[in-house]
Amino acid sequence: MKLDCKHVWPYISDYIDDTVTPEERRAIEQHLETCEVCSAILDSVHNILVLTADDRIFRLPLGYSERLHERIGEELAKAWPDGDAHGPG
Amino acid sequence: MAQALPQELEWIARILMGERDLFHELIRPYERTVYMTAVSILRDAAEAEDAAQEAMIKAYRGLKSFRGDAKFSTWLTSITLNEARSRLRKSARVKVESLDNSGQDGGQEDFTPFLVADWREIPSEALEREELAQHIERAIDGLPPSYREVFLLRDKEEMSIEEIAQALGVKANLVKVRLFRARMMLQKQLAPYLKRELPQRRRWFSWLGGRA
Repeated sequence: MKLDCKHVWPYISDYIDDTVTPEERRAIEQHLETCEVCSAILDSVHNILVLTADDRIFRLPLGYSERLHERIGEELAKAWPDGDAHGPG
Repeated sequence: MAQALPQELEWIARILMGERDLFHELIRPYERTVYMTAVSILRDAAEAEDAAQEAMIKAYRGLKSFRGDAKFSTWLTSITLNEARSRLRKSARVKVESLDNSGQDGGQEDFTPFLVADWREIPSEALEREELAQHIERAIDGLPPSYREVFLLRDKEEMSIEEIAQALGVKANLVKVRLFRARMMLQKQLAPYLKRELPQRRRWFSWLGGRA
């Protein structure tokens, strides 16, 4: 199995998630060893994923957790009628 | 298929028996995921927070209907997706952004990456720069809805492909296709910007030093 650049790109995502077959993995890695462009593309995708996973991207609103538990607390204080499969409310 | 954790099943049983306060503990690990799921659809912090609260309340009220055949987190994510989607449907924005994703998966769009000859890693500390963080958030916000939700669930919340497929009620392969497209679209949009704005590590450290 030999791949050129265009055929490697669709595998980049699966390669990162490690959901490629061993044969695909071998072919991708063989290509990456000799292709600077595809290696750089893979690095850039990986880098972008690390950055987006950071807590500084889409920060939780300040006080979110406190407000959530306060609301839940109010709900828990209500009665829970028996026999209703969907609980109270 | 992933199953509910024994500890969670025990807590759920106890909550249903009357130890209601345990619900706080049950949902604590998933507060963030529920918010991110809501924001992936609503793209607005205040609306996402409302939807997250409502989804948690609905999960509590419907706790009796939870069967342990899926993870609790998957079930909770699925409730949140429904809550956020129904809010989106009610809001005026539905006119601008259709909920119908059918055109997106079959589209003939081009998912060619931005070609780079070399890549210098941008460290996470770079995100201290507000402008950079906002630029990345805008790029994610700009993804088609079905790509955005899959992307955030996988790459932000680290859910597995299987869990996402279960929560969305779609095949795992479709999740993979959407994820691939989302990642390629982000690379194409962000790589040139990142390369232009933060070309070298050295500049980075001098910038960080200048701020300290």
